Amino acid sequence: MTQHRPAFRRSSIVWATLFAAAALVAARPAVAQSNTHDPRVGLRAGLYDAGVAAKGLDLVAHRNKPDIFHPMDPGGLTYANSDMAFGGHYAFQGNFSGIQIWDIANPLDPTLVDADVCFTEQGDVSVYGHLLFVSAENRGSRLDCGTQGVQDSVSKQRMLGIRIFDIADPAHPKQVADVQTCRGSHTHTLVPDPKNKGIVYVYVSGLAPVRSKNEMKGCEGGDITDPNTALFRIEVIRVPLAHPEQARIVSSARIFNDLLAPPTHGVAYADTANGAAARIPPRFGPKMPPNTSAADSAHAMRLAGLMFAERTDAKQVSMLSDSLQAMGIKFSLPSFGPPGGPSQCHDITVYPAAGLAGGACSGYGLLLNIKDPLHPVRIQAVADSNFSFWHSATFSNDASKLIFTDEWGGGTQPKCRATDPIDWGADAIFTLKHDKLTHVGYFKMPAAQTEDENCVAHNGGLVPVPGRDIMSQAWYQGGVSIFDFTDPAHPKEIAYYDRGPIDSTKMVLGGYWSAYYYNGYLYGSEIARGLDVFKLTPTADLTQNEIDAANLVRFEQLNPQDQPRLVWPAAFPVARAYLDQLTRDDGLSATRRTAIADALNEAEQASGAKRAGTLKKLAGELAGDVKGSSDVKRVRLLENVVRRMAAKS
Amino acid sequence: MKAVPQRRRSRALPLAVGLFALGIIAARLPAQTPKPVRKDYTDADVMFMQGMIIHHAQAVVMSEWAPTHGARHDLQILCKRIALSQYDEIKLMQHWLMDRHLPAPDPLHMLSPHAGPVHDSSPMNMPGMDMGPDPMMMSGMLSAEQMRQLDAAHGTAFDRLYLTGMIRHHQGAIAMVADLFKTPGAGEQPEISGYATDIDAGQRVEIARMQAMLTTLTSSPAK
Repeated sequence: MTQHRPAFRRSSIVWATLFAAAALVAARPAVAQSNTHDPRVGLRAGLYDAGVAAKGLDLVAHRNKPDIFHPMDPGGLTYANSDMAFGGHYAFQGNFSGIQIWDIANPLDPTLVDADVCFTEQGDVSVYGHLLFVSAENRGSRLDCGTQGVQDSVSKQRMLGIRIFDIADPAHPKQVADVQTCRGSHTHTLVPDPKNKGIVYVYVSGLAPVRSKNEMKGCEGGDITDPNTALFRIEVIRVPLAHPEQARIVSSARIFNDLLAPPTHGVAYADTANGAAARIPPRFGPKMPPNTSAADSAHAMRLAGLMFAERTDAKQVSMLSDSLQAMGIKFSLPSFGPPGGPSQCHDITVYPAAGLAGGACSGYGLLLNIKDPLHPVRIQAVADSNFSFWHSATFSNDASKLIFTDEWGGGTQPKCRATDPIDWGADAIFTLKHDKLTHVGYFKMPAAQTEDENCVAHNGGLVPVPGRDIMSQAWYQGGVSIFDFTDPAHPKEIAYYDRGPIDSTKMVLGGYWSAYYYNGYLYGSEIARGLDVFKLTPTADLTQNEIDAANLVRFEQLNPQDQPRLVWPAAFPVARAYLDQLTRDDGLSATRRTAIADALNEAEQASGAKRAGTLKKLAGELAGDVKGSSDVKRVRLLENVVRRMAAKS
Repeated sequence: MKAVPQRRRSRALPLAVGLFALGIIAARLPAQTPKPVRKDYTDADVMFMQGMIIHHAQAVVMSEWAPTHGARHDLQILCKRIALSQYDEIKLMQHWLMDRHLPAPDPLHMLSPHAGPVHDSSPMNMPGMDMGPDPMMMSGMLSAEQMRQLDAAHGTAFDRLYLTGMIRHHQGAIAMVADLFKTPGAGEQPEISGYATDIDAGQRVEIARMQAMLTTLTSSPAK
């Protein structure tokens, strides 16, 4: 290789290179903290004594990672905490090297029931009845859970797929099955059989390279045209709850087939001249240009349509080849495996009540019909030139909106600096109507973070406040953020909790993997620091009545990727939550609001027929209020709940 | 990797030796010696991380040329994304190596205008900027001549050379990932595993995007 060097030594290109690189370094100033007045900016660093800024969230309990996960030695993924699931009064917390089971009967005092080392990566967890499911993706993951890795390229010891544990006795989980898959399991999603309560399906999303067919029969890594390829599909595992040892793959859904020209929402904000120039994040996220120009849209459509041209059009392949050869480069795409472009999903969120799923699948967000869970069918694919890595999805409760997250940089890097475009590594909010997704806005945690904090969009779920669409979300070391997307074009942050970086001198991996609301509390899985439990507290953006109403929604179990439909009981806090919302948006006159509040108080103090009578009268009045309200929908919600309360009194 | 000339003395890691010889190893270990980290990696892992730093550095340099070389608007956006992403990834890989007391190439530091030549060689000898005939060495990187052509190009010509070059560059990275995972015992350390998987997934998407852009260029008159 040395014979070419002299030519290069003399070349002016070197100095161009030097200055380009120097400019690159210079172009990245320290985070312009003074550009935002957010209290989260400039927090003191520390593993367990970092500075904290919070709004609307009180940390009510914290537990370090158990000692077996080396809590004092943060910074790597080896013992990183990952996702969470909930069943009864237990919280299940994944770890790259094992599982943790917390008793949360008293959320103010979580108690570790069990922690086991079982090297797995990423260790995403789901729970169904007495079974715990854990994703295994690392090539060193072993059937025997050992941490010594797997030395051979082909080995009977390797475990890539879904581990199943019996947790009937949570203090002593028993490994009952390992379902091997060709690409392992990065994440997975439970889908209960709609007809048979004894069956649950598991959708498996694997990102790892296809393993050798000598290790697992049938594992081929061919092109999309190869009917046997383990790429371009998800695996569906059928688990009989009474006999989990019989769990096996029953279908491989090819949801990528014929994915040619997905419609897009048009050029993303950051791709416009204004967006590209935006260096300083606005406080509450960007707005899409009111009208993306037709020319822009046409261009984006063309790009999207051509995205997979190499698969279908030999002429275009030939042109590409010529172009490369003109540079003296041998066109060698096939030698690198299947054509570029997405061949897997990172994560899938199912919403069985709506018969839908949102698939975050590399370069695409897919909308799937899952009415037949064995055979999910793609309804629509959206692409977004503003997105790097489609990560996960969350539906609004009425399935009229779908949020996709973009985990730009994979989660291990700082992507929330003042210099990072505000809508890169963010959430994209779509409306969903008649099975059609339309992009309407972005949301990103708005406070500029430092170079020492890995930060990008990550896992979250709905907070069950009636009458509003509210989501809690983890942003790694960007903290937990809770935002309202009732108006999808104008999402608004309403609460947050953030600690300073783990280390003030370099980036040490940490922060929240996920933040989920479960039966009255918000649970945060902190990668390095352990488990956090929060309570929502009232602010101008969220009242105590709304918090109380959310608290009325109780689940027996919660797997956030298996999204449950939220249903609120007919109860006073729910009625008052709606009334508070009518106050906040001035949806009814002050006089009427006072009268309604008085009527609710009177009814609550009464009982039996008197209560029913008061409520019935109020419901009648509310029906009349609809006409004079600027928020008809909410007045109707209030009327409806009051009527139901009257009926059950 | 094996083709790197071992011009000094033999070491356990051929690439590391090559990088030392070429004078581009940063002496930027943390001031305080951190606690020892148990050996959780293989030689192939180390070579992957060291090699990928160099690989990325070239992508950053190429991408940072977009504004000054008249790249079209959507390509400038993509270049900005690639430069920003890979710059951060370089830092991540450097930390991974330094945390383990391993030599960490610091091409960006080395390329600062105040750095000056080091030892008997200069930054011009950065491997990969002049990768030679061995396709195993930083697969997909542009040769010095190709870099010269790219730097001399402007407008559509730059777009075309950039896209063809960066597609191949990305394919090279994907091939490096594939090689890593083919090596027994390698690619298991969780950060490497996760990071390599990210490269594979992320760069495939970018390849698709660049191929789409290239096709729109190819169909317009070439300059």
